[in-house]
Amino acid sequence: MTLDPITLTVIQSGLQQVCDEMDLTFSRAAFSPVIAEANDRSDGIYSAVDGSLIAQGAGGLPVFVGTMQYSTRVLIEMIANGKAAAPKPGDIYIVNDPYLGGTHLMDVRFAMPVYREGRIFCWLSNTGHWPDTGGAVPGGFSASATAVEQEGLRLPPVRLFKEGVLDPEIYAIICSNIRVAEQRIGDVKAQAAALLVGEKRLVRLLDRYGDETVSAAIAELRRRAAAQMRANLSLIPDGVYRSVAYVDSDGVVNEPLEIRLAVTAAGGDLTFDFAGSSPPCRGPMNSVLATTLSSVYLAMRHIFPDVPISAGAFEPLHVIRPEGTFLDAHYPRPVSGCAAEVSQRIAEAVFAALVQALPDKVTAAPAGTSGNFALGGFDPDRGQGYVMYQISGGGYGGNADHDGLSNGCSTIGISKAPPVEIMEQQYPVLYRRYALREGSGGAGRHRGGFGLDYEIELRRGAATASFVMDHGRFGPPGVLGGGDGQPNQVTVVQGGVSMTPAHLSKAQDIPLAPGDRVRVRTPGGGGYGDPFARETAAVGEDVRLERYTAAEARALFGVVVSADGAVDALATEALRAAGRRG
Amino acid sequence: MTDPPAEPSVVAGIDVGGTFTDLLLFDAARGTVRLAKTPSTLDNQADGVIHALEAADADIAALDLIVHGTTTTTNAVLERRLCRTGLVTTAGFRDVLELGRRTRPRPYGMTGTFRPIIPRDLRLEVPERMDARGAVVTPLDEDALRAALRRLAESGCEALVIHFLHAYANPAHEIRAGEIAREVWPNGNITLGHALLSESREFERGVTAAVNASVQPLLRRYVERLADTLAGRGYRHDVLVMNGNGGMVSARFVADEAAKTVMSGPASGVMAAAYTGRRAGRPDLITYDMGGTSTDVALIRGAEPTVSNEIEVEYAMPIHVPMVDVRTVGAGGGSIARVTAAGLLQVGPESAGATPGPICYGKGGTRPTISDANLLLGRLDPGRLAKVPGGVTVADVAAVFGRAIGDPLGLDPVAAAAAVIRIGNARMADAVRMVSISLGEDPRDFALFAFGGAGPLHACAIARELGIPEVLVPARPGITNALGCVVADLRHDFVRTFNRPVAAVDMEAVHAVFAEQSAEGRRLIGRQPVAIREVREIRSVDMQFMGQTHVLRVPLPTGAPTREDLQRRFEEAYLARFHVELPEIRANLVNVNTSVIGRRAEIDLSALIDAHHRKGSLEEATTGRRPVWFGAFVDTPIYWRDHLPADAVIEGPAVVEQMDTTILIEPGDTARQDADGNLVITLGR
Repeated sequence: MTLDPITLTVIQSGLQQVCDEMDLTFSRAAFSPVIAEANDRSDGIYSAVDGSLIAQGAGGLPVFVGTMQYSTRVLIEMIANGKAAAPKPGDIYIVNDPYLGGTHLMDVRFAMPVYREGRIFCWLSNTGHWPDTGGAVPGGFSASATAVEQEGLRLPPVRLFKEGVLDPEIYAIICSNIRVAEQRIGDVKAQAAALLVGEKRLVRLLDRYGDETVSAAIAELRRRAAAQMRANLSLIPDGVYRSVAYVDSDGVVNEPLEIRLAVTAAGGDLTFDFAGSSPPCRGPMNSVLATTLSSVYLAMRHIFPDVPISAGAFEPLHVIRPEGTFLDAHYPRPVSGCAAEVSQRIAEAVFAALVQALPDKVTAAPAGTSGNFALGGFDPDRGQGYVMYQISGGGYGGNADHDGLSNGCSTIGISKAPPVEIMEQQYPVLYRRYALREGSGGAGRHRGGFGLDYEIELRRGAATASFVMDHGRFGPPGVLGGGDGQPNQVTVVQGGVSMTPAHLSKAQDIPLAPGDRVRVRTPGGGGYGDPFARETAAVGEDVRLERYTAAEARALFGVVVSADGAVDALATEALRAAGRRG
Repeated sequence: MTDPPAEPSVVAGIDVGGTFTDLLLFDAARGTVRLAKTPSTLDNQADGVIHALEAADADIAALDLIVHGTTTTTNAVLERRLCRTGLVTTAGFRDVLELGRRTRPRPYGMTGTFRPIIPRDLRLEVPERMDARGAVVTPLDEDALRAALRRLAESGCEALVIHFLHAYANPAHEIRAGEIAREVWPNGNITLGHALLSESREFERGVTAAVNASVQPLLRRYVERLADTLAGRGYRHDVLVMNGNGGMVSARFVADEAAKTVMSGPASGVMAAAYTGRRAGRPDLITYDMGGTSTDVALIRGAEPTVSNEIEVEYAMPIHVPMVDVRTVGAGGGSIARVTAAGLLQVGPESAGATPGPICYGKGGTRPTISDANLLLGRLDPGRLAKVPGGVTVADVAAVFGRAIGDPLGLDPVAAAAAVIRIGNARMADAVRMVSISLGEDPRDFALFAFGGAGPLHACAIARELGIPEVLVPARPGITNALGCVVADLRHDFVRTFNRPVAAVDMEAVHAVFAEQSAEGRRLIGRQPVAIREVREIRSVDMQFMGQTHVLRVPLPTGAPTREDLQRRFEEAYLARFHVELPEIRANLVNVNTSVIGRRAEIDLSALIDAHHRKGSLEEATTGRRPVWFGAFVDTPIYWRDHLPADAVIEGPAVVEQMDTTILIEPGDTARQDADGNLVITLGR
């Protein structure tokens, strides 16, 4: 069947609209702030044959790029070989098993078949981050878990809705195993409502253009997305580009985990080989295959944001399955850190490899941590327990055009951090500061952005503090001669005595009493290019605005400047010349 | 200043836009309307105002009321031409305005920049601290405050913001700091963070206050100069200025809350739409204002525009004061069409803008746009090319479409132009649908109100795409904002935070707040120099289920609701909006809101088109025929709007032209003119 290009475009935007409406419905109707406000969710359309991605909502959380095509494929396979129940119209499966094409347990996936004339035309699927799925700690991010059972309830694909009706028995099992269960019904209904809206819109599209035309368009769009991605990749000279990135530790064994990446460019295709990376780890910093693949895709989309998200765009990207490494963990390895932290190190490795080939498009390393800080305790004034989550941003990497952004969100997220005023309303804490972390941006022709420097004091009751962060051991690396950003720094003051957690960026259940404080300084971004090539006026401006001291300007950038930002041009020239000779 | 007559009889609405200053002069006694459209004078908008009044041959001394929409603050914010402004804030929180909420400009792409509205060296800290309940943790250090104020004044700051943490809970420190500042600050440009917006969220409140301060001196100077200029020409009354909430306020007070004027331009258009729709018996409208580079979309329910307190005017620039909720879609007449590397036709978001503009403007544009496609298809008059500079011909435009679109896609130039229109319409329809869904509404329940230079050309196709049954094209689509000034109400909005479970909230306190808000609104309206026919109050509560952070606005018919009322109305509204019922979960009362609206004398819109120009029949209103593309070229009658007979009924296909726009009526659609001169187009299926 041949399609005119106009119909093709109209169907493409029609499919995109279906996904965008699912995203919107899910967020608007969701109960949890993490979905409703932080948009920690994603919706898409998947092939009936192999689950491959047809279209995905533009507003989905980036870490979910491509993940649901793996969970949908596994579901289709399990149905085919009888390991999952066969579907009927109106059924909706629920699954959160990380090893079946997932991320961590908190990312709960729904999948629904769309029928046309008695046959499945495609699948609709969405993922939402539930605030809790049981396990050792509220929220699921246990820094010291050594098996997935400690991380929460694990669901294989089962039909939560059967022919349109919620199965109360399955739901009762779920509710008996998670915290604040009474609120989850709000998210379950929203997640299902999004799929139903998607089905309605998709059926309208199919009725209008015909199933055969839409199928043909989907196949053609896939070919074209692949061609578009290849056109982009042809900018990369053939060759092998290597990089290394480090996770501080797995939270249990205090040794860095290494990601070794070799990207081979050959004729418009890229092959990603993680051979030589660390073996599976004891603590929760393992990644599952779907998350590893998705991390590669999201990094590529950060580099080429214009390519539509579809299986076609992924076609020229070949990831060799990293068997035997912590990037391809199997049951029962704990995995809670994969979506929030390991994914960002994988993306960093992709950036570090490809900046060598695409220096105008790729940035130096961003802070690359979600900065999860959980404080759990009992508030005697309210007579109730609480769990507070503080996420934080960090500096982005400098790039060919600009300095890096300060306090940007994680590479894999788009969620806003909560306001200090809201946190203090809800929890017995007082923020002593919430400030730009001076001096943290890596030096460079374009410097890295600055991290965040905040300090929280516990006001009432006993509490425990837990951290899952990263880049505490090494700062985000600079590129092309740029300096590294400052590493993440956690300091806990207990009874007036200051301490740093043994694993630097990860710790669990540090006891706090009223008056104790936690100070977190998040990473600055890596610098881009030779710091001695930075415009002296820009260095002067940074000093005048107290982002760097005059001493730092001199040492890092070779610029002699007074505290008010006035640059001594002659002294600077001499200093920079001496630096180049030395 | 003298009081105006009880019913002002000569009213001028003057709207300054980016390109044109529009004027509408209503003379109720004579039953006449005069119009003018003159170029805007952006360095001093007052000159353009005078030019417009002169162009309309207005007797300025005889005017009873001037209502003015200005882009002074809009342009200052969007182009960052702001006054040097200093910030004094709580120790430890100097960087709130720079750190934002931990975001990036786009979901994909790790680049982008952000410039805080007040630079770091002008943000100073003083020791003071409230906690979330409003209790003092650290007293205000007045000596440190005085030192900070001195330093900011010495560094040349023209305006000042005092923004302390939790001032919404207890403003005592901000109020005391304001008293001290008034002693030592060299001028009156002082903004207290809690005064404009008394809600938690330090970044949003701080940016709102900082925007207010940094445009305040500009607006103050501008309205003073305008008032002086008009007084010099004999005008004897107050000038009223439009706010972004669709209400107007005296020029004497407007600068105090300057931030409220930032998005006033689009609000005027929506107010005019609501007014026109109510008179036309179509109170539920989606407004569709398509201009050169973008399209503004808003929703009107029951003749009331949707108002939001959470508008972000650009990346990381929230201005949280009540504003008509106008969403901007990045597609307009100047949107450029291109074929992507994947061989797909894409229209927008890149735009030719006003310069060079579309090819057919003759100002050097070389890339195919939506406007050019309209021209090739006969939807716009190809004859107009003769009137533009540059000697562009239809053949030139066709050649560009052939080269840029037709060749890669295997289409002739006309088919290429038709494809550009189809894709552009589909894209705009999708955007309109997303706006209405995000507000919880089904577009099919509305009529489409089309205005702006290009709106009426695309409205029928977009309405059809969305399943909207009717399109309303007002009498003067190109000067809708000026009409908004003429018909605008006086309006004051109040919000009070409760944040208590419905089961535990003190209902008497709720009733008392409604009563206070009502009294304060009536007091403020009473001090405005305008005769009011009727005062209305719109009451609502913002509610949520316990555990949620987003809220839903629930309208209330009375200021004395019972506890059961609140619960029931919330559940109903939640079901209608989200299609989810949650009887399992308790409800929370977040805010209590009242808008007090003073409605002015009714204005008769039928005079917008001078009855003397009307002809007796459609034939006489015909200016000619030309081929217009509807799948194939169809010989189509062209009418002149002002000549249409009063009871005209036009069967599509037809083109109606007027000074400021072109209306396309597609085959199968029927347009009827109503008493106010609106064309109501019923879509054939």
